[in-house]
Amino acid sequence: MSIWEYANPKKFIATTTPLVPWLLGVSIALLVGGLIWGFFFTPDDFRQGSTVKIFYLHVPSALMAINVWFMMLITSLVWLVRRHHVSALAARAAAPIGIIMTVMALITGAIWGQPMWGTWWAWDPRLTSFLILFLFYLGYMALWEAIEDPDTAADLTSVLCIVGSVFAVLSRYAVNFWNQGLHQPASLSLDKEENVADVFWYPALVCIAGFVLLFVALVLMRTATEIRVRRIKALEARMRS
Amino acid sequence: MIALLRRDLALAVRAGGGFGLGLAFFLIVVVLVPFGVGPEAALLTLIAPGILWVAALLAALLSLDRIFALDFEDGSLPLLATSPLPLEGVALIKGIAHWITTGLPLTLAAPALGFLLNLAPSAYVWLFASLALGTPALSMIGTFGAALTVGLRRGGLLMSLLVLPLYVPTLIFGAEAVRRGADGLGAATPLLMLAGITLGSFALLPFAASAALRVNLK
Amino acid sequence: MVLTVSDLAVARGGAPVLEGLSFSVAPGEALVLRGPNGIGKTTLLRTLAGLQPPIAGTVNFPEDTGAYASHADGIKAQLTVTENLAFWADVHGADLVDSVFEAFDLVDLRDRFAGTLSAGQKRRLGLARLGVIGRDVLFLDEPTVSLDGFSVKMFASWLRDTHLALGGIAVIATHIDLGLDAPELDLTPFKAAPDARGGSDEAFL
Repeated sequence: MSIWEYANPKKFIATTTPLVPWLLGVSIALLVGGLIWGFFFTPDDFRQGSTVKIFYLHVPSALMAINVWFMMLITSLVWLVRRHHVSALAARAAAPIGIIMTVMALITGAIWGQPMWGTWWAWDPRLTSFLILFLFYLGYMALWEAIEDPDTAADLTSVLCIVGSVFAVLSRYAVNFWNQGLHQPASLSLDKEENVADVFWYPALVCIAGFVLLFVALVLMRTATEIRVRRIKALEARMRS
Repeated sequence: MIALLRRDLALAVRAGGGFGLGLAFFLIVVVLVPFGVGPEAALLTLIAPGILWVAALLAALLSLDRIFALDFEDGSLPLLATSPLPLEGVALIKGIAHWITTGLPLTLAAPALGFLLNLAPSAYVWLFASLALGTPALSMIGTFGAALTVGLRRGGLLMSLLVLPLYVPTLIFGAEAVRRGADGLGAATPLLMLAGITLGSFALLPFAASAALRVNLK
Repeated sequence: MVLTVSDLAVARGGAPVLEGLSFSVAPGEALVLRGPNGIGKTTLLRTLAGLQPPIAGTVNFPEDTGAYASHADGIKAQLTVTENLAFWADVHGADLVDSVFEAFDLVDLRDRFAGTLSAGQKRRLGLARLGVIGRDVLFLDEPTVSLDGFSVKMFASWLRDTHLALGGIAVIATHIDLGLDAPELDLTPFKAAPDARGGSDEAFL
């Protein structure tokens, strides 16, 4: 038994459909719990006051914005190498979620930045990188929409995703070089020294877990929808011929 | 492959305005900017590096959709694909031909347009160097974008949406090199990065472009 | 040098259109494909020429000897007749031989820009490309569209007396009789069954 068995569309839908309500339920519980914990049961920051609490939305959405693209890169590679349709459709299903996460990170960042920096927007490297990431998502989704033949679209978007990833990383370094920026250093890292205090860290972890599970649930639902759309198209094509 | 380069250059010359159109666009954008921001010399000096680079980038973008579209419409592309030329080589040659017809004239004309924007005297050599190093990357990245969208009706706008984000690093390093030159700082680092992007694009993107072409020819 | 096709199945837009095709064409022979519109003649020719992968079966002929030609023949209006042909000869590493201008009645048009030719003259130029690229296995999709009767005869005689006489192979989809004395293959019996397997959308059925 190999993991690739689940690449069969029917098996994929049969396996994942019962999981979705559970994933959704747990993720909503985690998000509600984490946000309540973060908003009402953590102290205000001594410099930033209560504005710091938007952190519980900002950090998870920013994290997801990047990781969703990373997931699309992996599923695109799987499609190009192994030609499993579900993989390509999962990448297609993930893109709109990724772009929403990116927009959320930008908006929550602007709301947080306004009282801190006195401006909604600054051409700071991190902010700018997310804006560029937003454009990459936009182009990727537009290419999917523009091409009629689904396999052609899957091939071309996968190639774009790979090339885009290289240029996205390149842009990140270029933007760093271009402006040193206002943004505080990363809030979370594996190196504990840099991290925020534990009292903020635990509710943030709960929120991140909630975001991740929410993403998984949404991607499974959307992938199942994409599979059904493809099935309808395939059946129609057979009926016509 | 030389035959293809010769043919593409001959077509660009004879199609009337193959060379001239991008250049004229470049000129017009540069002329329009002072109308938009005002004639103040100090301000123009400040923004000249960025304006010249953005205008060059847009001028290069203008002719991208012709790279493969014409060959696709008249059926040359499938014939080239079944010829002994590797499709990677076709993509590479198309990128080079696009650079010779747009990037090279832009690079040569840019210093003259620098005068219009009151560019700092110390920046001219860097403007020329950065465009000479950076515009080939614009052409090659654009060739990839054109290969992705070649089969699409009205693919031009979509191609801009795909290509412009890919242009970000090239633009940043290119304009930064000129800006540093204008401020009398060393511009070697951005120029090296620019050269790196160009070499990397020419080494790798022909493969991505030919993969896209193969899919589109199916 | 033989063109051998065994148990070939081809797909258009992910759905199989033809299946179970097997034939072989010996040097000096041509094969004419017949069948109603939409049966998959173009798809088959493109698959044979290697422009798209088959979904099953194999196509065998010596590498780098095949050429594909359709009604879109890659003629550049801004180049002269000679330049157009010289380009394709150069790309294929062949020499531009003078006899080709006579065979396709292009002698008087040598220095005309292709953009100034009539539709029929342009087609002759497009077909003359086949005479300069030095390829032995030709896959021709409706080569005689917009040719007058005289030009059709001229093309047929080039095909018969030059290409095939020199040991070439041709697979031709056409509606008119070229007078080639070639075997015909009706594609109708090979139409893929509605539930045929192997299409790229198979996993979704």
